[in-house]
Amino acid sequence: MQSVLSIAVDALAYGMVLFVISIGLSMTMGLMRVVNLAHGAFAMVGGYLASYAVRDLGLGYVAGVVLAVAGTVVIAAPIERLLYRRIYNKPELIQVLMTIGITFCVIGIANYLFGPTLKTIPLPEMLSGPVDLGFRSIAAHKLFAILCGLAVAAALWYLVERTPFGVKLRASVDNAPMAAALGVRTKSVYAASFAIAVGLAAFGGIVGAELLPIEPYYALRYMVTFLVVVSVGGAGSIGGALLACLVLGAVDTTGRYLVPEYGEFFFYLAVIVIVCAFPRGLLGKA
Amino acid sequence: MDANHPASLAEQVARPPFSASADWIGLAAILAAAIIGYLLFPNNLALLTRVIGIVMLVLSIDLVTGFCGVATLGHAALFGAGAYAAGIAAAHFGITDPIAMIAAGAAGGAVAGLISGLVVLLGHGLGQLVLSIAIVNLFHEAANKAASWTGGSDGLTDIAPSPLFGVFAFDLWGRTAYGLGIALLVIVFFLLQRLSRSPFGMLCRGIRQDPIRVAAMGASVRKTLLKMYIISGVVAGVGGGLNAISTQVVGLDSLSFTLSAQALVMLVLGGTGSLYGAIIGTFVVMLFEDFVSAANPFHWLTIMGALLVGVVLFAPRGIFGTAAQLFDQWRRR
Repeated sequence: MQSVLSIAVDALAYGMVLFVISIGLSMTMGLMRVVNLAHGAFAMVGGYLASYAVRDLGLGYVAGVVLAVAGTVVIAAPIERLLYRRIYNKPELIQVLMTIGITFCVIGIANYLFGPTLKTIPLPEMLSGPVDLGFRSIAAHKLFAILCGLAVAAALWYLVERTPFGVKLRASVDNAPMAAALGVRTKSVYAASFAIAVGLAAFGGIVGAELLPIEPYYALRYMVTFLVVVSVGGAGSIGGALLACLVLGAVDTTGRYLVPEYGEFFFYLAVIVIVCAFPRGLLGKA
Repeated sequence: MDANHPASLAEQVARPPFSASADWIGLAAILAAAIIGYLLFPNNLALLTRVIGIVMLVLSIDLVTGFCGVATLGHAALFGAGAYAAGIAAAHFGITDPIAMIAAGAAGGAVAGLISGLVVLLGHGLGQLVLSIAIVNLFHEAANKAASWTGGSDGLTDIAPSPLFGVFAFDLWGRTAYGLGIALLVIVFFLLQRLSRSPFGMLCRGIRQDPIRVAAMGASVRKTLLKMYIISGVVAGVGGGLNAISTQVVGLDSLSFTLSAQALVMLVLGGTGSLYGAIIGTFVVMLFEDFVSAANPFHWLTIMGALLVGVVLFAPRGIFGTAAQLFDQWRRR
């Protein structure tokens, strides 16, 4: 029973971290139809900036997180303007290559600036100890990651379904030329969504740094995982991404606990089965 | 075609850039380059042989991506299957004749091509990419788990190929392996040239441009693509087998997503849809990598990334495609 509970908590925490990082990718893929393999690179940049701000500059955790997320968005904005805008309507192969190229550059530069070692983000006292839930205690940072995932899901749902920006966003997703004809500035919507997506990636990278450690090859190592989550969940669907993260997090964590010698075998087997059974993703739009 | 009315991009890319008589020039160029390589780098033949193995992988990606338009990030599965098939044949079954090992590699690659094709062709767009990645990772984990057969993460060793035709032993300098590699490359290249001009090759190009139309004409898109996947598996498997023979060890990295992505990058830098592009791209990237990464592997990544972005933006047809286009324009003057 104990082990079932600890697997469940780990799976939930891992799934939520995946969700926070991947939901931005899912949004940009649903909206701009860009296969953005550099998404993980932005999560990594967020982690590096947070580590630099908290550990080397000695800022508080909250201030460091805010600065890192803002900094990542500032770094990503010109990249969107100069590079991504040219590949929005190109074939997937072109998008894959361009974004792999960007990922390689980010890895090289991150290693040059920060070195090849693992970077930690010191947690504040509140998050570093265990939390007693009455029947058992779990690590506080895992609980924090789970809460962050739920908060992000709720906030995004509100943004997309209940605000004027969300209306424009959904209109652009469904039919960009028509939305533009009705006066929606689709380019601004694209830029804003890209910024939100990158910000969420950075946030996820920071919150998940304990589970997915920050190092230069982070961008390449988890690139596939994030892409898989989006394709399993269905691009552009918040509920789908959440479901995909929970399922894949559960499969991966359970596999690691019970049959560690198989590595990620069952993870990828599950991916193949789900993608074949649901070609548009679990909750993707037809 | 009128020079004042440039054809659509699809037509230009689909049109073979040179006439059939130029095929022989191409083969002669490969042989000439092989001799120059032998004379220039007599101490680096092992590297050149490895490059030839990877050329086969890149050619096999070109068959499905450049000709048929199937985007894949998991083609190393075919290459690695060939390498492991050749290695296991030698290490566990005592089949040490190099030609038989290459045949085992080709067979292994074909089976892996069939399996990958069956799975990858189920998806479209993003799903297809993800399926191809999942396949190569699945193969990777399976090879890691079956350590008694594959050596797991230590790699498969004890591969001792017997002399080629019973005469030419595989020496420390790698001369025999290099010669074998060049011979295989010439044969494969010759056959693929034939293939790309055959009705089957034309059908594949047609599928790339408009699968619905091809289906309406009465051809089975899925069957054609699956056949091409198997052929592609044979080519990649030969490359993998060659690699197993020349390095005498097979590692898990030959089944990795990283190798798949690198090979795709080489193909695109060289130019998709033409066999020459695949060869040029692989040689340029691998020799350049050997040169730069000796200094610093991370600078290599930065340069490679910048190069990729530049090619996508300014020369989407790659080195060979752009050169062929310039040559074409020059000839029309």
